[in-house]
Amino acid sequence: MTIEHVEIRPGAYADSVALLQVSRDVAATPGVAAAQVAMATELNVEVLQGMGFTLPATSTNDMVVALRLDDESALAAALAAVDAALAAARKGSPGGEVTEPPRTTASALRRAGGDLALVSVPGASALVEAMDALDAGVDVMIFSDNVPVEQELAMKRLARDRGLLVMGPDCGTAVVGGVGLGFANTVTPGQVGIVAASGTGCQQVLALLDAAGVGVAAALGVGGRDLSAAIGGISTRTALDRLDADPSVGHVVVVSKPPAAEVAAAVEKYAADLGTPVRFALLGAGQPDLTTQTEALLGDLGVAVPEWPVWGTPAAPAPDGGTALRGLFVGGTLCDEAMLLAAAELGGIRSNIPLSPELALDASLVADGHVMIDFGDDGLTRGRAHPMIDPTLRLEHLAKVAADPDTAVILMDVVLGHGAQDDPAAELAPAIAAARAVREVPVVVACVGTSTDPQGLTRQAEALAAAGAEVHLSNAAATRRAIALVNGAAR
Amino acid sequence: MTARTVSLPSTAPTAVAAVGADMFATAVANQAVPVERVEWKPPMDGTADDLATVAADPLRRDANALAVSRMLDVQAMLVGVAPASELLGLEKGQFLHAGPPIEWARASGPLRGALMGAAAFEGLVEDPEDAEALFASGANVSLEPCHHRSAVGPMAGVVSPSMWMFVLEDPATGRRTYCSLNEGLGKVLRYGAYGPEVLERLRWMRDVLGPLLGEAVSAAGPVDATAILGQMLQMGDEAHNRNRAGTLMLLRDIAPSMVRSSRSSEEVAEAFAFMGGNDHFFLNVAMPACKLALDAARDVPGSTMVVAMARNGTDFGIQVSGTGDQWFTGPAQLADGLFLGDYGPDDANPDIGDSAITETAGIGGFAMAAAPAIVRFVGGTVPDALATSRRMREITIGENNRWPIPVLDFAGAATGIDVTSVCRTGILPQINTGMAGKVAGVGQVGAGLVTPPASIFPAALAELARRTRARG
Repeated sequence: MTIEHVEIRPGAYADSVALLQVSRDVAATPGVAAAQVAMATELNVEVLQGMGFTLPATSTNDMVVALRLDDESALAAALAAVDAALAAARKGSPGGEVTEPPRTTASALRRAGGDLALVSVPGASALVEAMDALDAGVDVMIFSDNVPVEQELAMKRLARDRGLLVMGPDCGTAVVGGVGLGFANTVTPGQVGIVAASGTGCQQVLALLDAAGVGVAAALGVGGRDLSAAIGGISTRTALDRLDADPSVGHVVVVSKPPAAEVAAAVEKYAADLGTPVRFALLGAGQPDLTTQTEALLGDLGVAVPEWPVWGTPAAPAPDGGTALRGLFVGGTLCDEAMLLAAAELGGIRSNIPLSPELALDASLVADGHVMIDFGDDGLTRGRAHPMIDPTLRLEHLAKVAADPDTAVILMDVVLGHGAQDDPAAELAPAIAAARAVREVPVVVACVGTSTDPQGLTRQAEALAAAGAEVHLSNAAATRRAIALVNGAAR
Repeated sequence: MTARTVSLPSTAPTAVAAVGADMFATAVANQAVPVERVEWKPPMDGTADDLATVAADPLRRDANALAVSRMLDVQAMLVGVAPASELLGLEKGQFLHAGPPIEWARASGPLRGALMGAAAFEGLVEDPEDAEALFASGANVSLEPCHHRSAVGPMAGVVSPSMWMFVLEDPATGRRTYCSLNEGLGKVLRYGAYGPEVLERLRWMRDVLGPLLGEAVSAAGPVDATAILGQMLQMGDEAHNRNRAGTLMLLRDIAPSMVRSSRSSEEVAEAFAFMGGNDHFFLNVAMPACKLALDAARDVPGSTMVVAMARNGTDFGIQVSGTGDQWFTGPAQLADGLFLGDYGPDDANPDIGDSAITETAGIGGFAMAAAPAIVRFVGGTVPDALATSRRMREITIGENNRWPIPVLDFAGAATGIDVTSVCRTGILPQINTGMAGKVAGVGQVGAGLVTPPASIFPAALAELARRTRARG
């Protein structure tokens, strides 16, 4: 007879990634049928209710421990597992003098110095921590999503006035002096400087440059909204100035999701006056894709364009038909790029980040016809970890779209590098194999990474290929293959 | 705030401060860059929006730097001792009290007791018990916070026109603050006792001690209270619940002038015995010295620095530099500590007194690490004291290099409580305090540790945010 145990722990706090690990560890305890340890955010409360738990009133600052147990006797062991997992998630030196850790970014910078702050607290609190860095005179990188745009503008203006750089929010990628920050690939030093208003777009360029044997001096993520009308490219200009002043930078490329036209024009004009040549890789209808732009950059550098790697057996159209392209992305820019390419060939694509408002998906994320979902969008990460860390939501949808007889082809991305899952293929490859066992739907994957990434590009790509996917390094190439498969071509 | 040369983006960071998801910090550490991790917790309930508004206020950083520097620039000199009637223009029937404003109906036992004793001392009534009706009627009597007259009062903090007061002055500006003379421990007016021995002591202080000190301080010349406070912290005092070294240093500075005064050697000897036998005598110099410094930090638009914490036995109130004279109040808490004799928690009145001005300035509970001899008396251990003094640095803007704490490697006292830091961390200022009996007339029942009610910091933050938004 299963029993439920729900307890509220006011004042306890751990970040969503740590709690994800705690929940998994506890769920693996014998006698535990289901376990969810989470902060009582609106989304988590919904998740818990969706799991069938009945919750008392909570505040968002409460931790909820919800357990479904095979029987009463499992409770003690399950609670012990919760405490052990929470203790493991907490840091702290065992023994020795007890020095309490700093509680604010200001305090950490006062104690330890340093010239950069990394902020990944929930979006509502990001500005406050970032301001500590700007007050201390250091640059800041903000991974947090759901930061209000007016707050982004306020801190970027302030940073500009003080000669400081705000990287992010909503673009979790940077490489500074070879050190990857947030979601970043391991690259060799070189002469290319990148300014990126797009995290995964930046990673795509890093991956292609690495495959072409070209090194990178620095990649400065400026936030996905930096080239929007609201922000006006404030951080992009500062980043361009920084790269221009750096003698080791020979060429600069600016990568962005579709920008505001007037902001892009103003920034291009600004860049024209710099000493370092600047190429703009700005996504948009009728604009070249990132692979094409990277190839152009290689041309600027006098480097031959290599054949971009592909792994696996060429995908064949599903034997039982289906006419719809279904894209499941973790990278927003990669999703944008795929939609731009596919829309030109196939027409309207429904999405949670649609190219035009009438194509918006409702909360079910399900629609007839061509659909592409960005699981990394703010709307899907409120109160939970980014899909590059927590693949659960995307894996659920993979099974769903694979079983849908309308699905002609599934297009996915896998993004490697620091910050991403240790071994994404370990969960994705079996899920692809399982999906294809139900229905032989073709799966095309863009696997974005470098040869020296912690996960190993080749190992990941080969594991996905072995599960039946056709794997490309170039997202544009993967998308073109998917389009061809919708059109019934076998290659 | 040191200006820093902006590094080139092809150069790796030397060290990184990381707040939030630990995986990002770990990824940087794995790339051999030193990482200082912040133990972040969500801010106090409902404060996130106001925190963001205030944090983005373009005035805030410089306003706080200015407030702290103004405070640290103050030199508090003891320049005189004189009656309150003369110094503050206090007239018969006018009474000052500790904490934020309060009326008789809501006054606690010890505040009532002290007012009743003071009314008898001023001759408004024959018997202190008769004063209850007088205060209840409100006829020909008035109550006003000490803070509103540039003064501070320990515990009940009752000041009446005939009481003599220390005068502290900042020579650079001529600004002054005031505090009554300390009556010693046990059955004393400030703890709400009003028996005959209390009134007799007050008369002796009015007739002998006050005039003698006035003469001596004038003759000895200004006494540097700020410097004495710095030395006290080297000598085991935290200048709130322990002032032994400070009292002796004050005596050292003015003893020759006391001996040379017009008073008889018998009276001088009595005064020496009274001051030497009262380890808290210097507290009433330390408090106005702290207020003098904090008043210099008042009224800086955009500053989030707390400039006063005070309790009247019913309410705990704070004032903040960027919000003028507005009080933010909540219910005063019961202290956690040790009790005298047979007294217990049921006998204690909620927190009372202006003496939290010492913590506001960075000493008292903030400098507990400097006073290991009293940590047990206020209910703690030595490691607790060290941890407390370190923890207070999490909620303060700067430090006071004139007040170094030896055991913390001579780090300056944590100075300038920041309303935003309190709301962000949930760490409340730690206050060392005495406990008054809750029944009027009882006196002191113990001493211990207390914190302000948490709610007053979000309230102050909301007003700071409102003013920020109004400035656009």
